[in-house]
Amino acid sequence: MGATVISDEHALDGGPGPLGATYGKMMMWFFILSDALTFSGFLAAYGFSRFKFIETWPIADEVFNHFPFLHGVNAPMYYVALMTFILIFSSVTMVLAVDAGHHMKKTKVAFYMFLTIIGGFIFLGSQAWEWKNFIKGEYGAVETKGGSILQFVQKQEDGTFKRVALADFAATIPQARTQHKKNNGVWFVGESSLPTYSVKEVVEGFKSDASILIRTEFLNAEKHKTVLSREESLKRLTETTHVVEGANLIRNEYGHKLFANFFFFITGFHGFHVFTGVLINVIIFFNVLLGTYEKRKSYEMVEKVGLYWHFVDLVWVFVFTFFYLV
Amino acid sequence: MAHAHESNTKRIWIVFGILSIITIVEVLFGIYKPKSLFFNNFLGMNLLNWLFIILTIVKAYYITWAFMHMEGEKKWFRRSIVWTVVFLILYLCFILLVEGDYIYGTYKAGHLKWIF
Repeated sequence: MGATVISDEHALDGGPGPLGATYGKMMMWFFILSDALTFSGFLAAYGFSRFKFIETWPIADEVFNHFPFLHGVNAPMYYVALMTFILIFSSVTMVLAVDAGHHMKKTKVAFYMFLTIIGGFIFLGSQAWEWKNFIKGEYGAVETKGGSILQFVQKQEDGTFKRVALADFAATIPQARTQHKKNNGVWFVGESSLPTYSVKEVVEGFKSDASILIRTEFLNAEKHKTVLSREESLKRLTETTHVVEGANLIRNEYGHKLFANFFFFITGFHGFHVFTGVLINVIIFFNVLLGTYEKRKSYEMVEKVGLYWHFVDLVWVFVFTFFYLV
Repeated sequence: MAHAHESNTKRIWIVFGILSIITIVEVLFGIYKPKSLFFNNFLGMNLLNWLFIILTIVKAYYITWAFMHMEGEKKWFRRSIVWTVVFLILYLCFILLVEGDYIYGTYKAGHLKWIF
């Protein structure tokens, strides 16, 4: 057992490691690198599907146009822009905490970390609200036997088209369709709930109101969704098989099925990262309060969770661009 | 760590200002969608989207360099992270987007109807 003398014997317990960084910080960076590649995998897959269905992909502005307390007002992107601000701001408070840590100011570190945690919770709440709107849907649509989504519009006086909800025109036809449960038939076929309207009610309601037209998924030369004439609309409606309200992993009222799937997986995966980020921040926050880093004479741990938190913000910047803007 | 013991609170707020302004600009472009940008393509994508992507990369630069303090790291540590991620993402995007566009063409020209 000869003693091996190495120059950086404290490298693995917080001392200087290679390339002027401690091992802890370096490994946080390499973790971020691998996580960044996971997210780019998701976003590149989104791009792949979008290029594949470039003519029929939903327009994000029309899907995400809600804002709290502005009911019925078309507010494209305001809400996600607000969420971006919340996250950027919590990044700022985090970096201020790191900065205070360099000066060994315990109270300041704790205060800024507390603000960061609050920002994280506000962001998570906003995302929950966004999901709620997305899952609930607003207008409803029908699906054809070929799998395309047909939405309903009405021509306004200025020549533009206004979306019409199924509730505005669907007829009421008393009928006795019951929910198909798994215990009535083959065990793997069932449905979680019945749609509010049956296909027949939508079709009959459509026939009795001559002002309503069908909007298909196809983008026209102005990059708007194509609206069919009344005759074409009636013809398309004969192919209807499902009434779609809101969104789930199987079908959604906004358009292509993959759109909702990517929405749930990308924003969900990001939200999961924010959640774990908040959790880690809380742990470090308590450590700061307990004086752990004061005793250690280094606030590097705050710096490391800071890196993770900024990374979450960084990913959101890309999600914001590729899901909402582009 | 030889760096970062001077306070750089001022720089943090300046970077916050830059990031906010870029976000506001992005949202404004996203709402008004200027026709000259929206209907002109470069490499199969309209100029507005190129603008968004460039602005996003600028934002990413400020977040990693200023907030994550990449600017204070040793040159080769920085490069081992940034070059790796940039190269792999560019490659992934190239291969998937070209393939996606090819499949779009195949569906459009093919005899089989896909979504109808």
